[in-house]
Amino acid sequence: MTVALESRSLPKFGGFNPGMIALELRRMLRNRRTVVFTFIMPAVFFLLFGTSSSYKTERIGGGNLTGYILISMAVYGAMLATTSGGAMVSVERAAGWSRQLRLTPLRPAAYVAVKLVLAMIIGAVSVAVAFVVGAVAGAELPATAWVFCGLLAWVCALVFAAFGLFMGYLLPSENVMQILGPVLAVLSFAGGLFVPLDQFGEPFATIAKFTPVYGVGEIARYPLTHDGNLWLAVLNVVVWTALFAWGAMWRFRRDTARV
Amino acid sequence: MTLTTALETAAVDLSGVVKRYGAVTAVDGITLNIRPGEVVALLGPNGAGKTTTVDMLLGLQKPDEGRVEVYGQAPHDAVALGLVSAVMQTGGLLKDYTVEETVRLTAVLFGKPRSAVGEAIDRAGLADVAGRLVGKCSGGQQQRLRFAMALLPDPELLILDEPTTGMDVAGRHEFWSAIRDDARRGRTVIFATHYLEEADAYADRVVFVRRGRIVADGTSAEVKALASGRTVRATLPGASETSLRDVPGADRVEVRGDTVFVHGNDSDEIARYLLTRTAARDLEITSRNLEDAFLALTADEEN
Repeated sequence: MTVALESRSLPKFGGFNPGMIALELRRMLRNRRTVVFTFIMPAVFFLLFGTSSSYKTERIGGGNLTGYILISMAVYGAMLATTSGGAMVSVERAAGWSRQLRLTPLRPAAYVAVKLVLAMIIGAVSVAVAFVVGAVAGAELPATAWVFCGLLAWVCALVFAAFGLFMGYLLPSENVMQILGPVLAVLSFAGGLFVPLDQFGEPFATIAKFTPVYGVGEIARYPLTHDGNLWLAVLNVVVWTALFAWGAMWRFRRDTARV
Repeated sequence: MTLTTALETAAVDLSGVVKRYGAVTAVDGITLNIRPGEVVALLGPNGAGKTTTVDMLLGLQKPDEGRVEVYGQAPHDAVALGLVSAVMQTGGLLKDYTVEETVRLTAVLFGKPRSAVGEAIDRAGLADVAGRLVGKCSGGQQQRLRFAMALLPDPELLILDEPTTGMDVAGRHEFWSAIRDDARRGRTVIFATHYLEEADAYADRVVFVRRGRIVADGTSAEVKALASGRTVRATLPGASETSLRDVPGADRVEVRGDTVFVHGNDSDEIARYLLTRTAARDLEITSRNLEDAFLALTADEEN
């Protein structure tokens, strides 16, 4: 018996392909908790905390305070979405699915790439949902700010996709988001996303600038405010992304060596 | 690849394979050659090293010593090329995918067309539950789903690790009918099991594993021969295995102190010889079945 090796070949890009992303996306949207937490909750928070009439009349940059809060909430939504996208690996490892995937041509690096793309897709949807709700509910921003604040909130949320992956590999839990949800809320407070930092005392406000949410918020709001130290914010995002990505790689290497 | 080497390529080639976990040696020097088309049972008690051996064939574990090749390839490459696939014991499924989506994902990863999905689902007998969420499927259905996924790359070698653990009788029957239908197409199949009847009913060749070593390896017929026959036990001080080798009807002789065990198909002939030609006394005749053979080959030494 001859084995027709010639007819067998490895897939391109280590198995990374749109078909898998489409199926994974469909599965994520089937999970009601994901939908509520990442798409609906940030918009609801915005409606609750950002739409009082005094906020709508107070001007900031070329927009109103409601618009300012909308950007913060969009950042929050993008953070939640990308973190939970990255943290999917935890559930899948717990279920033994990663082991099953090792019986396919899918390379571990391609698997991580799929998770990152998924995280960024739902992050984009989360920002879009928040912005549509905001536009309807009275947020005012200059046209350029609508575009750039949205894009920056989304792109900078990559730091949390790395964070989600890192935690997903670190915490072998079925419901890792129940731990990470509160963590993200605390980080959002500490990073000045829910309450402006100048309302904190001086030492705390300084410490806050070193927490991971601070940079993302500052950068995302910059097209509106043109205020604050942009380079410090960029440095914050770069350092935290590098740190989380390094952590994710470290755990990922251990994981693939072991299984 | 030339035709000659293609013809000589073994489905599985394990040579001097050792795998240790800390102080525990799970696989202790296994050498095994499996030809294409064979249906082989890896039979042994829990902890014998079956699953570790299977993991090494699939590239999920690396051997500490020795060589593992599947169709002439490193296991990892053989898996990626779809030459070998497996139905694993547990885990490995996501509850919030449907049966059809799970198979489709596998098809996407192996670069198989959409038509292959329906075919695999049909062959695994899952057409009725294709739209059901995996979390709502029974254990037997989930196992057949793993089987459908394993069929997708159309592997040359299919490995089943304790495939029917936790299934009820009906589920086990359905699962094996699906496997049997498939094996008729000439696929090489290796299955690890501790169910003797499964090894007996479905394997051409049975490899007994104990404590990480192969203790017996033979065709199904040889296993049956091993399992059939009776044992005549007698007290015979000063006996040696050589002196008893010529006992008519004896296949195997064993001496433990003053006690001799003579195994053979014709126990009457053996008993007659022992009583008339030797000083043997306290005769006891017991029949052996597959269970005894299994226990004898796999149990720990008493001392």
